[in-house]
Amino acid sequence: MSSIPIEHGLVLSAILFAIGLIGVLTRRNIVFVLMSLEIMLNASGLAFIVAASRWGHAEGQVMFLMILTLAAAEVAVGLGLIIQMFRQFKTIDINVLSEMKG
Amino acid sequence: MQEFIWLLPSFPLAGFLILVLTSGTLSRITVAVIGAGSIGLSFLVASIIAVQFLGSGDDYYIKEVWAWMSVGGFSPGFSFYLDGLSLVMMLIITGVGFLIHLYATGYMADDPSYSRFFSYMNLFIAAMLMLVLGDNLVLLYLGWEGVGLCSYLLIGFWYTKPENGYAARKAFVVTRVGDTSMAIGLFLLFAQLGTLNIQDMLHVAEVEWNIGSGLAIATTMLLLGGAVGKSAQLPLQTWLPDAMAGPTPISALIHAATMVTAGVYLIARTHVLFQLAPSVQLLVAWIGLITLLMAGFTALTQSDIKRILAFSTVSQIGYMFLGLGVGAWSAAIFHLMTHAFFKALLFLASGTVILSMHHEQSIFKMGGLRKALPVSFASFLIGSLALTAFPYTSGYFSKDEILLAALELDGPGIFLWAGGVLGAFFTGIYTFRLFFVVFFGETSGHPPEKEVGGWHMNGPLIVLMVLSIFGGFISIPVDAVFGHGESHEEHHVSALVHGFMVAVPLLGILVSYLCFHKKVFSIEKLMSYSISRRLHKFWHSGWGMDWLYDRVFVFPFLWLSRINHADLVDRFYGLIVEVSKSANKMVVKSQTGYLRWYAFIMALGLVALLLLGIIL
Amino acid sequence: MIVLFYIAAVVAVIATIAVILQTNIVHALLYMVVSLLAIAVIFYVLGAPFAAVLEAIVYAGAIMVLFLFVIMMLNLGQHTRNEEKSWLTPRGWIGPSILSGILLAQLLSVMADLDQDIIPKQVGVMEVSALLFGPYVLAVELASILLLAGLVAAYHLAKPK
Repeated sequence: MSSIPIEHGLVLSAILFAIGLIGVLTRRNIVFVLMSLEIMLNASGLAFIVAASRWGHAEGQVMFLMILTLAAAEVAVGLGLIIQMFRQFKTIDINVLSEMKG
Repeated sequence: MQEFIWLLPSFPLAGFLILVLTSGTLSRITVAVIGAGSIGLSFLVASIIAVQFLGSGDDYYIKEVWAWMSVGGFSPGFSFYLDGLSLVMMLIITGVGFLIHLYATGYMADDPSYSRFFSYMNLFIAAMLMLVLGDNLVLLYLGWEGVGLCSYLLIGFWYTKPENGYAARKAFVVTRVGDTSMAIGLFLLFAQLGTLNIQDMLHVAEVEWNIGSGLAIATTMLLLGGAVGKSAQLPLQTWLPDAMAGPTPISALIHAATMVTAGVYLIARTHVLFQLAPSVQLLVAWIGLITLLMAGFTALTQSDIKRILAFSTVSQIGYMFLGLGVGAWSAAIFHLMTHAFFKALLFLASGTVILSMHHEQSIFKMGGLRKALPVSFASFLIGSLALTAFPYTSGYFSKDEILLAALELDGPGIFLWAGGVLGAFFTGIYTFRLFFVVFFGETSGHPPEKEVGGWHMNGPLIVLMVLSIFGGFISIPVDAVFGHGESHEEHHVSALVHGFMVAVPLLGILVSYLCFHKKVFSIEKLMSYSISRRLHKFWHSGWGMDWLYDRVFVFPFLWLSRINHADLVDRFYGLIVEVSKSANKMVVKSQTGYLRWYAFIMALGLVALLLLGIIL
Repeated sequence: MIVLFYIAAVVAVIATIAVILQTNIVHALLYMVVSLLAIAVIFYVLGAPFAAVLEAIVYAGAIMVLFLFVIMMLNLGQHTRNEEKSWLTPRGWIGPSILSGILLAQLLSVMADLDQDIIPKQVGVMEVSALLFGPYVLAVELASILLLAGLVAAYHLAKPK
């Protein structure tokens, strides 16, 4: 048993993605929301690696690198926003940011 | 120097721009120098160009400045066309215009909107020069509408009084009727002849159209519509008397000397077309005749000094139309020029009278002013003599030529002549009625202490006096323009007819003298008969034309707008607005402002898309 | 090696569930690090050592440390933990869980008919780098610009007024 069915890898990434989505939709603490987003990004990166490894290609890793860069930039901006938000509202409850209500 | 002809409208335009952009921040002296000086410069250039043009002996001169636009086969150039006709017009506009500007620097001295006044005046001169110098009908139309705009702005110059605004709107709307007709005429001409360049167009028309062809009649009728609107002839004459609401120099410049004669210029410029449609040309003569008689009767009954002069202007332009109608093109233009001199003189002098009387305009509140206002008295005397065609004044020569040309016309010529002579009789009466009432008789009310004046007001009056007396000896160089359309033979009429024509205006003056100075016939007694009272009322209202137009056009329009108050068409568009508003109200509810809600909707969308992918 | 994959997968799933259930934010962060390290192990098993190393260094190292800094800066204490507890009502979990469950079911049904096996083969730094600086050099440049933009934006946003 030296091989892994490709579904198993993809299922793992789908499960992680779903967990991340639950986190994004449930949590009110904005730091948790950001972390859940990281989980989702990471899950998609995992899917790329799994697919690439089926064919023995390096492209999947390149894509993972791109996602990594994206995540890094996103976290930098997102955390900056959180700091600014905390300064303004003295809370990290995402529900206070509802001023754009139509 | 002729290639600098584009400078002519540029000076006033530059003056307009300077005055408008500084918007009243300049001192009065500067404004006066810019306002009048720009016209003076234009006159100087015009004079030099005139001397060179006449010296060169050419028939015409064309200066193309730039191509205005080029759409398909339609490419009117921004070019100037100079020939005898536009030369005369150009000199009248800049010359008389300069004198009136100079006068206005004194007349308007106390007005708070000094700068605005001169900016409009300069714009007017620029547009008017464009009108007469443009070599195609599009450029002419640009100037045509430009002078209409300036006329509107200047009639409503004292806009704080609602009746002035009303008069301005009336002038604008009534002339717009004529302008629309003229625009349609231009479209028709372009569609049929393929060009709007005036000279090319006339050549093509001469070759392609037969005399009396339907197209010629249609286009000339449409052009005539524009001309009667601008020149206040029947049936669009009602705006001009109300236009006297503007400052008096405006009445002199726009509503006597230049703009209202634009219709005469238009017909003279396109006279070849009118020759191709003899029936329309005859109609021009009849319009002129009827207008001049109606305006003459009306002038007899007016009491406002400016309104009398306004109706007299309508009447004199009627003479010009009569001249055009009988084919006496150069006589009509000649009368246009002499009329510009003596009517500008009369209006400016009436301005001095009005200003000296502290803005009193009713002639019956004046009287015995000949001692108090010597310059105005002299001006009025000379202007009135010229207006009534007293022998050897300027008006005598021009009116004489028109009437003799009418007499020589076969068929209806004798009626046109008789009507014209009758009109001259009434001209004598109403002109000297004004003269005797204002300057002779009892001094009534508050006589003015002194005459308003100064060199810049009296100077133009003196120059215009000289021109009104001797203007008749000027020979205008329009033979080359009308050469092929006019008979050059001397008028052969018996001494009896000639004597009669001289005597009739003098008879009018005599009647006026007896009635209004010596009071041999009592006007009061005449007015005691009900028929004469009724006639007086009828004529006073300008033959009830305003009343008629109110009934025929204004009231039905108001009625229509009243029943369509809610505007049916607008309802439909209102419905669209209402629907989108309520749709918006519904959609807005989904916009809660909660980030998690948006994320939830996105996830829902993802699920839905995947579902679609699985099913399909 | 294959067993390692399944162990790591189970660890990753449990750790990730723990992340979203935690009320103490620092604990959640530590679980997140565990989850990321488990995924790094999976990367290694699947023959992507370069990605595994980057996952450990950049994700579990740099990004998580950044989170930690921010949490320290915000100085959230016991008060926040109580608040957090009051926010997490059982009812709040139902809707997102159902939605995510449906999504997961859809993804699984899509993958159901895949029948291919992975035979892990090492793809090292050499191959990845050859690709990165060969055909994907433009993507690398774009990524660098993105990072620069992120840097400038983060600096500007976090700057005290």
